[in-house]
Amino acid sequence: MFRIDFNKLRFLVCDDNPHMRRILRTLLHSFGAREVYEAEDGATALEMYTHYAPDIVITDWAMPIFDGLELAQMIRQPEAKGNPYAPIIMLTGHSEKRRVTVARDAGVTEFLAKPISAKGLYQRILNVVANPRPFIKTKTYFGPDRRRNTNNAYIGPERRVGGEAEVLQQPSLLDKARSPV
Amino acid sequence: MAKDKSSGLEIRSYVTHHVITPPNPLRSVLRHVDGKSGDDPVARAERALAGLSGEFKGWMVVEAERLSVAYAAVRRQGFTDATSEELFRAAHDIKGDAATFGFPSAAATADSLCRIIEHAPDLEKVPPELIEHHINAIQAIVHEHTKFDTVAISSELSRRLRRVADEYLAHVNRGRPEHLEAILAPSIVPGE
Repeated sequence: MFRIDFNKLRFLVCDDNPHMRRILRTLLHSFGAREVYEAEDGATALEMYTHYAPDIVITDWAMPIFDGLELAQMIRQPEAKGNPYAPIIMLTGHSEKRRVTVARDAGVTEFLAKPISAKGLYQRILNVVANPRPFIKTKTYFGPDRRRNTNNAYIGPERRVGGEAEVLQQPSLLDKARSPV
Repeated sequence: MAKDKSSGLEIRSYVTHHVITPPNPLRSVLRHVDGKSGDDPVARAERALAGLSGEFKGWMVVEAERLSVAYAAVRRQGFTDATSEELFRAAHDIKGDAATFGFPSAAATADSLCRIIEHAPDLEKVPPELIEHHINAIQAIVHEHTKFDTVAISSELSRRLRRVADEYLAHVNRGRPEHLEAILAPSIVPGE
């Protein structure tokens, strides 16, 4: 069984609703996290992201000034001042499939639809820690590999080209941890 | 494969894209534990959440009041960008939070209101009573929450409002297939 040492992780939580921030803070502290920074809008979150360099970002979608989607897009700038590779978990009341696609295309790592649960949040965090995906950079996209199914037989639109190893197989950390040294 | 030693990035370049494997600084936080350790962080967090539950009713009262205030602004100023956005945001927050706070029917009613705001082609032409019934229902669900037999009534109320709202949206969007598709698409939230 694998556990996360939450006390080694630094979180940035961005939600304009103070009640939801309180819920998130309570959950993360209960998991064992000590460093949880909070922002109530995307602009403040971006400043805090650069300043505190969090390991994981948890953001709402709908927020004033600029929203969680724009925050993700600003973090996912290859030439940005901050780390463009940090996992971003989008926690939102939006529950339509097309929203998941839009969030994915903005560089979001995991999507968690509200209502929030301790189990759902824990699983998303475990997934970004244990199963990081490689990043893809194209003319129009920079972010985690959007194709979780690495099927080389795919022949649909936007097929990547350029040789046999079109997608890097990234062994999960769980698999690495389980394999003998 | 190129390796940027300063950043630790592994980069594979192809005709249309690059595959970048950044170093994983989170690797060190994962540890193997004995299954018998008895430490369950999820259960611990659920207990902490239960400890907060005494505050949930008060939080819902605040959220419902914010929604009423937002609609009062609409009544005074009409559906401007600012008033529409605040009404949507207030409803959207209830949609996302209310089930966690123990008010699933308020969440469902707020979801229905969000759909009206998002998909009505012209908010000024939405029958005012359709919006008012949603807001009044949310207020009633929140304030009557502790009374007996209100759970079934709340649930039925939210279901009927959703049905009426969906009929209205299907009618006014009959010439807008992209909205119709979004309205009819199933939710990704189980049991919603």
